[in-house]
Amino acid sequence: MANNIEIKKEIYLDHAATTYLDPKVKEAMLPFFCEEFGNPGSFNSVGRRIRGVLDQCRSLVAGLIGARDKEIVFVGSGTESINLAIQGVYRANKGKGKHIITTETEHHAVLETCEYLEKEEGCEVTYLKPDRYGMVSPEQVREAIREDTILISIIYASNEVGSINPISEIAKVAKDHKILFHTDACQAGGILDIDVKNLGVNLMTLNGSKIYGPKGTGMLYIKLGTKIKPLIFGGGQELGFRSGTENIAGIVGFTTALDLVQHNRVDETKRLVEMRDYLSENILSIIPNTILNGHPTKRLPNNVNVSFLNVEGEALLLYLNEHGICASSGSACTSKTLDPSHVLISMGVPYEFAHGSLRFTLGKRTTKEDLDKIIEVLPGIVKILRAISPFDQNVKEFEQFADQVNIIESKQNTNVSNEGSQ
Amino acid sequence: MSIKLKMASSQGDVQSNDGKQWFYTDKVKDHFFNPRNIFKTQQEAQEYACISDGIGLVGSPACGDGMKMFLRVNKDTDSIDECKWQTFGCGTAIASTSAFSVMITEGGGMKIEDALKVKPKDIANALGGIPPLKFHCSVLADKALKEALNDYFKKSGQKERMIVGKVKVVDKILKITDHDIEEAVLEGALTFEAVQKKTKVGVHDKECIPKVKELIKFYQNKYFGEE
Repeated sequence: MANNIEIKKEIYLDHAATTYLDPKVKEAMLPFFCEEFGNPGSFNSVGRRIRGVLDQCRSLVAGLIGARDKEIVFVGSGTESINLAIQGVYRANKGKGKHIITTETEHHAVLETCEYLEKEEGCEVTYLKPDRYGMVSPEQVREAIREDTILISIIYASNEVGSINPISEIAKVAKDHKILFHTDACQAGGILDIDVKNLGVNLMTLNGSKIYGPKGTGMLYIKLGTKIKPLIFGGGQELGFRSGTENIAGIVGFTTALDLVQHNRVDETKRLVEMRDYLSENILSIIPNTILNGHPTKRLPNNVNVSFLNVEGEALLLYLNEHGICASSGSACTSKTLDPSHVLISMGVPYEFAHGSLRFTLGKRTTKEDLDKIIEVLPGIVKILRAISPFDQNVKEFEQFADQVNIIESKQNTNVSNEGSQ
Repeated sequence: MSIKLKMASSQGDVQSNDGKQWFYTDKVKDHFFNPRNIFKTQQEAQEYACISDGIGLVGSPACGDGMKMFLRVNKDTDSIDECKWQTFGCGTAIASTSAFSVMITEGGGMKIEDALKVKPKDIANALGGIPPLKFHCSVLADKALKEALNDYFKKSGQKERMIVGKVKVVDKILKITDHDIEEAVLEGALTFEAVQKKTKVGVHDKECIPKVKELIKFYQNKYFGEE
């Protein structure tokens, strides 16, 4: 069968993993490899020209997120940004307290950093349990606050299920209690409102490789007056927070990418929401015993995460890949630890369904034809895999679960008006 | 002179969350996309169940994999005539069951005693190798066979032939067995810390720790070979 499938083109639907470089970004970066190669720390004309470029980038990025120039620190990845935020704040504020609040649905960059601090540096961490959609509430955060809480770190929008947390409301809670608040906004760049004044955060992480910028780039917004210590020591670059000669081409790429996505944000979001709903509505209506993971409307405009009963995610991915469709799964068999997605499990999605999850994340190059191709081939793939499965007795149980979800959804839908674009 | 970087062929391969590629061989892909000895419909499976000599079910959807094996035995030669199966699982689980079903039935069918000797390693070899991390997905077939044969022995009045698993309790407080350690190793926990994280072994019963470390080494050698 596989041999008969003719591969025409690759349909890339894994934009939450990483994006391609925007050709305009590449163009902007090119002069900074061979021609304008200087070190901004050098006291000569070559270096001075670069110093000017670096300052402009910082200022542009600051403008794009409503910050001041001195609040932008360029780093080497979203992960590094998160590490700097959490470790840096913890170590600088240890005298005040040792408690951090975060959620079970964070990226591993947050979870592993917190676990490290717990194990090695006497930190105590509260991991908030999300609701069935993968979201936490400001009330939950308030209840978790202790006398010695020094940092709250909550993901803006889930990279896995796409649900959007009420960041500005949580920021108010943090501010009321004079606790620093960091948000991992890696999935939000170019999609949601990332103006730090609107959000009210003290620290915010962005990643270049999710916004059509270069890999190996990222940023941490640090509000003036925030007590934080660096992770990397040396020549004191990046306002002392990140020593090491600046990756100028990368910084130029990051800045250009952020500028482009932020300026197209409104139109692109509208287009993506339409496509997202087109895809999920078709999958849910054509394939029986399928559910949508995450919130139906308060979700990233580019994220469709679905679970199929009685089908294993990695097997689905292999079939899709044979059709040229690149997606991702929360299945145990696609993870290093062989455990299914920690996000789906903490949302209360039963293991049976977590293993059969499939994530499509749309992007700039995604067309309706791409989605039609999925809608054309997916039902057949699910049918093949269900036919060879030894389990069919769970259909009833699954329907009960799906009913339960639908009831909650219809209740929540009455309160939802926006499409996640904010 | 400049260096040239080669890109891995991406056809049919998928990536894990940690970015490592599963390199599936052509044989794995062939068995995955064209599984042998399967049923076309659930109905067909139900009908076949009535004429099977032994049926074995292992795993559950909650574990992420499960398998049902249907056997028809040639009583005169004590060999396996037919082996049909159903699998819920990943590419490796599907491909290895398919390959296993061919191995034990081809050339007139293996003798039962020989079929019982087929190890996960043999299945992996027949498939031209599978990624080490996916090894645990290939052990289902051999477990399902034991279950199906036990079912056959029971139904045919050969209870003395039934295979009884020798399970020993290692951690006396949490009642963790050597079998649990074996499972953890198969799932990729290769250090004591990793096994403890999965099973909680030795958290309360500290005395068992040296024994557990020994077992980890033993199973590691058994399944992954010596380093």
